[in-house]
Amino acid sequence: MNSEYNHLENAVTTTEPASATHAVAARAVDVWKVYGNSEQTRVNALAGVSVDFEQGKFTAIMGPSGSGKSTLMHCLAGLDEVTQGEVSIGDLRINGLNDAGLTKMRRSKVGFIFQQFNLLPTLTAKENITLPLDIGGRKPDQAWMDLVIKTVGLGDRLGHKPTELSGGQQQRVACARALVARPEVIFADEPTGNLDSRSGADVLSFLRQSVDEFGQTIVMVTHDPHAASYADRVIFLADGKIVAHMDQPTEDRVLDQMKNLDAARGV
Amino acid sequence: MLRAIFKSLLSRKLRLLLSGFAVVLGVMAVSGAFVLSDTLTKSFDDLFATANKNLDVQITGNRNVGDGGGDSFATPVPEKAVATVKDVPGVKKAEGSIGLNGARVVDKDNGKVIGSQGPPRLGIAWTGETDLMQIAEGTAPKNDKEVIINQGLAKKGDFKVGDTIDVLTLLQPKSTYTVSGIFELSGGRESLGGETYVGFTLAEAQRVMLGQSDAYSAIDVEANDGVSQTQLKADIENALGGAYTVKTGDEVADEQKADVEEFLSIFRNVLLGFAGVALFVGIFLILNTFSIIVAQRTKELALFRAMGASRRQIMWTVLLEAIVIGVIASFLGFLAGLGVAAGLKALVESSSGSALPGSGLSIPPIAIIASFTVGIIVTLIAAVVPALRAARIAPIAAMRQAADTQKPLRKITIAGAILTALGMALMGWGLFGDASIWALLGGVLFTYIGVAMLTPSIAKPVIDVVGRVFSWSLPGKLGRRNSARNPRRTAITAAALMVGISLIAGVTVLGSSIKTSFAKLVSDGVKAELLIIGDLDGGEGARPTYDPAVIDEVKALPDVAYVTPYQNDNVELDGNEEFASAADWTTMQQMIDVEGIQGEFRDLKPGEIIVDDKMADELDLKVGSTVGVATNRKLPGSNDGGVKDMTVVGIYDQSEFLGGLLLSEDDAKAGFSQPQPSEGYIKLKDGADVNVVKDQVDDILANNPEVSAQTQGELVEQGKKQIDQLLIIIYILLALAIVIAVLGVINTLALSILERTRELGLLRAVGLTRAQTMRMVTVESIVIAVFGSLLGIVVGCGLGTAIVKALKDDGISELDFPWTRLIIFLIIAIVVGLFAAIIPAIKAARTNVLRAISYE
Repeated sequence: MNSEYNHLENAVTTTEPASATHAVAARAVDVWKVYGNSEQTRVNALAGVSVDFEQGKFTAIMGPSGSGKSTLMHCLAGLDEVTQGEVSIGDLRINGLNDAGLTKMRRSKVGFIFQQFNLLPTLTAKENITLPLDIGGRKPDQAWMDLVIKTVGLGDRLGHKPTELSGGQQQRVACARALVARPEVIFADEPTGNLDSRSGADVLSFLRQSVDEFGQTIVMVTHDPHAASYADRVIFLADGKIVAHMDQPTEDRVLDQMKNLDAARGV
Repeated sequence: MLRAIFKSLLSRKLRLLLSGFAVVLGVMAVSGAFVLSDTLTKSFDDLFATANKNLDVQITGNRNVGDGGGDSFATPVPEKAVATVKDVPGVKKAEGSIGLNGARVVDKDNGKVIGSQGPPRLGIAWTGETDLMQIAEGTAPKNDKEVIINQGLAKKGDFKVGDTIDVLTLLQPKSTYTVSGIFELSGGRESLGGETYVGFTLAEAQRVMLGQSDAYSAIDVEANDGVSQTQLKADIENALGGAYTVKTGDEVADEQKADVEEFLSIFRNVLLGFAGVALFVGIFLILNTFSIIVAQRTKELALFRAMGASRRQIMWTVLLEAIVIGVIASFLGFLAGLGVAAGLKALVESSSGSALPGSGLSIPPIAIIASFTVGIIVTLIAAVVPALRAARIAPIAAMRQAADTQKPLRKITIAGAILTALGMALMGWGLFGDASIWALLGGVLFTYIGVAMLTPSIAKPVIDVVGRVFSWSLPGKLGRRNSARNPRRTAITAAALMVGISLIAGVTVLGSSIKTSFAKLVSDGVKAELLIIGDLDGGEGARPTYDPAVIDEVKALPDVAYVTPYQNDNVELDGNEEFASAADWTTMQQMIDVEGIQGEFRDLKPGEIIVDDKMADELDLKVGSTVGVATNRKLPGSNDGGVKDMTVVGIYDQSEFLGGLLLSEDDAKAGFSQPQPSEGYIKLKDGADVNVVKDQVDDILANNPEVSAQTQGELVEQGKKQIDQLLIIIYILLALAIVIAVLGVINTLALSILERTRELGLLRAVGLTRAQTMRMVTVESIVIAVFGSLLGIVVGCGLGTAIVKALKDDGISELDFPWTRLIIFLIIAIVVGLFAAIIPAIKAARTNVLRAISYE
């Protein structure tokens, strides 16, 4: 381990998963993601990451550009293959699954919210929301769907095409879509990155609400300390390793932690 | 700038290859057409040069009737004329010869006549070896029961020296000879170009081919050294007087060449027609490809503009790309055309059963010029609209989010409607007015372009309906919506398919209408239950005939009520060439729908004729008029000009079954170029079983290998089969237009998928399986294909209907839509859509999810 991180507050050096007092929605055990095959070109995007994401918790993954936070999320969500290590969603170990298995897993166990281009332009808002269910040929639970739609506050715009919605509205549709299939875990990749602060706050409140009220597990990649402050817990990545974590984060503490990380890396 | 163009070309190899492929195919047909006709023309020139090597002047008898009789008949040149020619100064050698088309040899295996697809089947008088013909085996015919044949015929019919051989000649039904020898042509060739020879003794040839002793079909003259052909021709004309036709050897060769060139021009025109269709469809394809590329490069081009590139420069980047593609495609097409020409030459050789002289291909400069001009111009035309669109991109577009903005379709729809109306008017003028074929073709072209321009605005509603059929699942729904996303793109892709399908549908409607009309004609107007008809593949030259003695035998059958032989030929009536028939009038009335208007309707005596009402009108003939009739063979009692006065005894109502002049059977036998009947009509007694009588008649016809008995139904079937064979050839040619259009579908899909990478990534991320992704693309493909085919079927039915209506006076009375076939076309369209989707679907399924959803 890099000794320069040792003095940091909340620094973690353990590679052991968090204690199993809570059920785990997603888990990575000693995950490596290596690009390049010769010694010279070898880049460790993830270098032995082990982390548990508890059920019903909102976790933010932070870190500077190139720290591996997006790669970690992609590996957890079954979008990217790990070089070494184990990844599970719920009690399903997903590394080693073939494409069909992964696709089925994503459809039933995972929800996604991307930074942009979340919606299919040919489908209406409502059709976009039910997309994962429709793909799997499942019928939506009407009461649940009504509740989700009510919570995201889209009632009168359900028949609109994405081009007729504002950026914030589009992102709320994406949230509803992620939630409607009741996935094991929702992965959100910079969900507010493209929004103004007010729309961003709406989306974050909704995510918070879905954790508190519906017991949804959310893992969010972000570089925005304000967004991270909505989470129950923040994990900090640098150079492909988890270098710190923080429970009950506030915007200021996260900001400080980021500064310390930057300082430690000599930026 | 140029470097940037080549770089962007290289980065889109596949796309450009696909779009250029249509040009390759089109240019291939153009270059193939020119190279083939030049190569074959040169081959035949060689061939005729060999055949006419020592021919300086040729003398034949004057034709009695226009061009009548073709090479199956010659007015005999008497022996005494040979002596006259021999005395003309400058003549080295003058020999009477007999060589006429119409010596048909019976195949030992199937009892049918050995057919020929163009080259003549010559019956000649063997008067010894010449520079052209040398005996290879056996001897010359020593008596009238022996013949010598050429190696080509010996091979075709597996004849050896000493074998018996059955031959039908112009003047004699099937007769048996013995093969005394086999000869080869100069240079060890089996034949010059697939023709066959039966060499009789001079007396026998005079009897069975010419019908006159002490006479020839021509006198071949060789000049002394230093005597010019034209001089000798003039001298011989002076010596002989006006009763003969004298030609120089060069003139003879030119006439032979003209005949062949007429035949070859069919090949060339078919290929050029195909090239036209391929290139026309190709324009749609290239237009679409460039449009999509320009749309996808909007940001890049806008950046160029922002950095100071002028509109003209932007336009030229697109046009130069087009030129480069045009040049490459033309080059490839030109090379492929050489292959096509070589292949077709081999086909001509194998169908005529003999190698043509001259090896290799002859490439005329016009082939190269036409290939490149056509290829480059077509590509440029297709690129003009996208180039202008590219030039209009505003620099600000570089900064904007690439939006799926749709320009309104109003302008293009109005323009399309006007063009369609104009095209249809032109077509109407071409079909029903007295305009040339170019008005018709121009009308069709305008209509196509007009309909293509209308397509975007009809795309949405039609695709909505078509798509619903396939959108029972989510992938289907997504595919349908994708196909409706960009109406212009879908429309142009579908329009390319529309062109091919509509031509196919059009000819199918026409073919089907002809078939129905023919069937109706026969069932309405033909009362004879059985007909004696010549076989289809009888070949060129002499028409199939049978021994008239057959008629009496048929008449004697217990179930036969009436029977009449029938034959026809052209005759001259007061100098006008007219169609003439010979049949028993009273019997004929029992067989087909004919009605007399005035005069006497009875069996004719020699010297009597019946004419149809139109002819009577035109030539101002009345019952009792005397009129001069000239037949191919001079009738006994005719004057020096070969004309015999005859009396009009009746005028009848012309119908689809019978028109023209009717002669007595005796006059026909004496005057027609072939004295034997070619058809026969048989009316049965009530209650007779047609199949029983058919077998009896076929037994009687056993010695007449060129004809057989057919029921009405069989006649109709035979006619339908003929139409179908023609349709199949057209289908095969047009199928290539479909192939090009399929490439267009593939291209559009591939480009669209590239454009929708993000979307695909999202869909895959939220759980769309690879199989579902492929299904989505397949539905889009099928929807486009079905849309194009529906359009094509509608336009094709319209086209077919217009042509059928225009041909009403030519006997196509019925309009018939062959629904089964049209539905089959639609099913084929679905298969085509499936096929076109394969590669794009695999590509879409392989989309890298991670890369697709990464933003930077």
